[in-house]
Amino acid sequence: MKILVCISSVPDTTSKIAFSENNTQFNTQGLTMVINPYDEWYALVRALELKEAGIATAVNLVTVGRADAEAVIRKALALGGDEAVRIDTDSNDPYVIAAQIAAYAQTANYDLVLCGKETIDYNNGAVGAMLADQLDMNYVGYATKLDVANGSATVAREIEGGEEVVACALPMVISCQKGMAEPRIPNMRGIMAARTKPLTVLAATDVASLSEIVSYEMPPAKTGVKMYTIDQLDELVGALHNEAKVI
Amino acid sequence: MSVLVLVENIEGNFKKKSFELVQYAATVAQNSGTTTTALVLGSSNNDAMSGLGAYGASKVLHIADARLDQLSSKAYTKAIIAAAEKEGASVIIAGHDLVGKSVAPQVAARLKAGFVAGAVSYPDTSNGFVVKRNVFAGKAFAFVHIKTDKKVVTLLANTFQVNKGAGTASVESFAVAFDDKDFGIKVLEVNKVSGSVPLGEAELVVSGGRGLKGPENWGVIEDLAATLGAATACSRPVADAHWRPHHEHVGQTGGTIRPNLYIAIGISGAIQHLAGVNGSKTIVVINKDPEAPFFKAADYGVIGDALEVTPKLNEAFKKFKAAQH
Repeated sequence: MKILVCISSVPDTTSKIAFSENNTQFNTQGLTMVINPYDEWYALVRALELKEAGIATAVNLVTVGRADAEAVIRKALALGGDEAVRIDTDSNDPYVIAAQIAAYAQTANYDLVLCGKETIDYNNGAVGAMLADQLDMNYVGYATKLDVANGSATVAREIEGGEEVVACALPMVISCQKGMAEPRIPNMRGIMAARTKPLTVLAATDVASLSEIVSYEMPPAKTGVKMYTIDQLDELVGALHNEAKVI
Repeated sequence: MSVLVLVENIEGNFKKKSFELVQYAATVAQNSGTTTTALVLGSSNNDAMSGLGAYGASKVLHIADARLDQLSSKAYTKAIIAAAEKEGASVIIAGHDLVGKSVAPQVAARLKAGFVAGAVSYPDTSNGFVVKRNVFAGKAFAFVHIKTDKKVVTLLANTFQVNKGAGTASVESFAVAFDDKDFGIKVLEVNKVSGSVPLGEAELVVSGGRGLKGPENWGVIEDLAATLGAATACSRPVADAHWRPHHEHVGQTGGTIRPNLYIAIGISGAIQHLAGVNGSKTIVVINKDPEAPFFKAADYGVIGDALEVTPKLNEAFKKFKAAQH
C-alpha cells in the first residue's frame, strides 16, 4: 500500500502577521516556515506508523510551492518520508493546489492520500475534499483515528457532538486532526538520510484560479481589558449583560 | 437563478445555526433579486422543513433517502449538484461545520466554482463577488474575490443575529438516482457525547487551564458551566496531562471555537491557545498572574486564584439569573 502525504509550508504560529503593497500582499519576510502542524503531527506521523507496522510500503510526500518550501519538505523527509515531489507553483486558491496535486497523484496510483484538516495560514480546509473529488475517491474529513487492513480503512471522524467510526474501501483521501498520532522530532540519522532522499521538482500544470484574495485587513485592536476585583464580580456579570450583551 | 442552501439535518430537526444559514442565504438571494431554496438530505419532518420559511427560504427540496442520514461525501456532492441544477442555482451556501467543510469544497471542485470557506460577511457585489473571511487563525481577515459564475460559500456560525419572520416554505420531494458507489463510506459506530453542550456550536464556553491545579478541582468549572448552560473546554497542557478529555482541548492543535462568551480560567494565554479562541466575541480572563499574556487579548479580567474566583463568579451569575425571573 502506497501513501501520499500532502505537506504545506506555513509560517510558524508565533509569527507576526503583516501585509504590504497597500494590504494586498502577505509579507513573508523574516518569517520562520514550518510544516503545517496538522500535516506533520497527524497525517505524516500516522502514515509513518502504518509503514513501521508493515501495512504501508511507501510514504511519499507532495508539496505545492516554490523553491523556498524545500527546507520544510526536507524536514518532512527527515521525519521518515521516503521521497518527495515539489510542484513548482504557488497559489492562494485551494482549487489550484488540489488540481496540481491531483495531476501528480493520478500518475502514481496511491492507495491512501492524507492531509491535515487545514493549513494554519489560510485555514480553508478545502484541498483534501477537492482532491478527493478530482481523483474520484471517497473522502473522510476531520479524522481522529485511522487503521488499515485488507484494502479497507477504518476511520474515526468528528461529527456534530461526538465521533463516528466509518469503514471505506481504498483508495481514499482523509484529512487528519488531533488524536491521529503524537508529534515526533526528527533524529540525527533521519536528518542525515533526508539530505540524499529523492526530491523531484515537477512543472505545474496549467490551471486557472477560481478565486483570489484581493486584500487583507487586521481585526480592530482590543480596546483594552477592563479589570474587576474578586469583590466586584456582580459588576462584571452586569457588564457582560449590559455592555457586552452576551448573557 | 436562485440561491441553494444546504441545511444540516440533525436527527430530523434543525438548530439555530441552520436558521442563521437560511437567513444568510435569503439575504444573499434578496440582494441579487432572486429566491432561496433550502436542501434537506435524509429523514426529516414537514413541519420542521416548512418552518425554514420563517428565516427566508421560499422552498425546501427534500431528498428523503435514509442513506443520507449519515455523511457519505460522494452522495452528498451528487445530491447538492443535482439540486443546484434543478433550481438553476448559481450560488450554493453551506455551513462552515463538519458537514459543510467536507462537502462544499467537493461541490466547488466539481462545478469549477470559486470557493470561500468560513465567510463572515455578506458578499460585496459592488465590484464582482467579494466575501470576507478569517485567515491566520483569526489574526487577520482576507477579502476573497470569486471569479466564476458559480459560487460556493460556507458561513461561519454565530456571525449574524437570527431574526425569525412569519413565512412558511413549500416542501417538495426530490429524488436523485444514487448508485452503490455513492455510499462507499459505511458507518460502523456512532458515539455522541450526551448531556453536555457540544463545544463546537456553544455560544458560551467555560474553559480551564493549569491554574485549576488538578482534575479533582474541575467541579468549579462544571458548576459555572451548568449555571450558564455553557460548554466546557480546556487548554492543551490540561488535555495532555489527561485531566480532561482531548475533545475539550481548544487551541491551535485542538478545536477552534468562536462563542459569544469565552471565560478562560487559569489559562495563561499562549499564542497557540489564542489561535483557537480569539474569534470569540467577548473574552473574560481569570488568572492569578497579572502578567498573564491572556489579559492583553481579553475584554474583561479578574486577577485572582481560579479556585477562589470561580465559585464566587458562579454565585454572581446565579444571583443574576434569579433576578432575571
